[in-house]
Amino acid sequence: MKHSVVSLTINGAERQMLVAPGSTLIDVLRESQGLTGTRRGCEQGACGTCTVLVDGKTAMSCMLPVETIEGAHVETIEGLTPPQGLHPIQEAFLQGFATQCGFCTSGMIMVAAALLAKNPNPSREDVVRAISGNICRCTGYEAIIDAILDAAVRIRSAAHAEAA
Amino acid sequence: MARLKGRGVAAVNYPTGMNLGGDPSQALIHATTTGSFVITLSSVDLGQGIKTVGAQIAAETLGVPYESVMIDTADTDTGPHCMGTFASRGTHRIGNAIMMAAKEAREVMMCVAATELEVDAGDLVTDGKGRIHVNGAPDKGIAVLDVALAAHFKHGKTISGRGMYLKPKSEVVPETGEMDPDSCQAHACTIAEVEVDDETGDVTVLKMTNAYEIGRAMNPALAHQQIVGGAWMGISHALYETTEPYYPNRAHGPLDFSEYLMPGPGDIAEMDSVIIERPSSNGPYGAKGIGEMTANSPIPAIANAIFDACGVRVTSMPITPEKILRGLDALRGNPN
Repeated sequence: MKHSVVSLTINGAERQMLVAPGSTLIDVLRESQGLTGTRRGCEQGACGTCTVLVDGKTAMSCMLPVETIEGAHVETIEGLTPPQGLHPIQEAFLQGFATQCGFCTSGMIMVAAALLAKNPNPSREDVVRAISGNICRCTGYEAIIDAILDAAVRIRSAAHAEAA
Repeated sequence: MARLKGRGVAAVNYPTGMNLGGDPSQALIHATTTGSFVITLSSVDLGQGIKTVGAQIAAETLGVPYESVMIDTADTDTGPHCMGTFASRGTHRIGNAIMMAAKEAREVMMCVAATELEVDAGDLVTDGKGRIHVNGAPDKGIAVLDVALAAHFKHGKTISGRGMYLKPKSEVVPETGEMDPDSCQAHACTIAEVEVDDETGDVTVLKMTNAYEIGRAMNPALAHQQIVGGAWMGISHALYETTEPYYPNRAHGPLDFSEYLMPGPGDIAEMDSVIIERPSSNGPYGAKGIGEMTANSPIPAIANAIFDACGVRVTSMPITPEKILRGLDALRGNPN
């Protein structure tokens, strides 16, 4: 089988790349694009660690053959992070001690970003449901759930301040 | 059919460190030209926070800001020896080694500062903010940065220190089995509240209240994190983790670690924890180990709560629905 050329918009920049058949999105992100903030976990869609946004929806990048998403908009943790400082979700994770070894953190943050874009005022149950596909083996989840709820407050009050 | 509530209590005494063949950890510290301090270790930070706590201990001992301490970990080829991060030993063993290294480096730092200021080193104090000055005369002082520069470029000295903590090997007394297996003991107590579904055998942990006596809590936020994360692992051991199926159908059993059952974000309990500080005599600044013990008392507390809820006493882990339903059948006199 032959390599093919795939076009993607990654974190706002158009990219064309030559990919081997069956290459997954995480292969491309980590290896050819150098975007190593996305972590490779179980490589079978069970842990959620590799979650990125594809056209605004969460996707496990280890399970996605990159040839099947030609033309898609991909956002990773690097794209979420503003040029200066941190995104409110990152800030909430930092302030709330919602990370220990940090391996699940970028996946958790991307899931939170998708949730809060759709539902700016989620209940605790909404957050639990949103992260139910993401495994953390250190924190016991409590701090992560609290941080996502805190991020929702931060984003709402920033939006409120902007409107006023 | 009902959902039965119960409450159980359990306590744990947990040893800090071990000494099967002697238990050493070493640390080396040196100042750079900019007055930062680098601590070289072979120990690993896998999220438990030894880098943070190690830097806190060094900063406190040196009398410099936390931000000016860097920890260089986890090269066992080139670093000073460490037995490893296990047995809840890291803060105690590595912390003691760092403290010893920092004390030696501080002596050199104060000696250089004394020469620069033309005073006696015994009259000098650190302000913890990056300056050294004569006790009671804050204006007669020198920045740690300038001390480091002077040591390097004028005095030809290295502001450095060596730290070694060794818990010596303890031989077992053959007659009694007596030995000295640890350095200190931490203590904890958990109250678990559960709900048992007597139709499905399913257990929900509703709340866990914990009290921990861990010597000095070097970093209360990190200690709290250990308690919450460990309690989650305790729930996992108590109720889920087995290579057998959760329900007795082989097809429902795990085939690999991605299917190995552990609680997810929807299975966690409300958590309320307090830390009680009774400094140990031999830990750095009175610390004891908290690492492994946090998964201990939750397990018997949950087992006791299940007994309180439905009268079934399960003595092997995990307490699966099958064991509870078999226990309920036995209580009701139904043959299995």
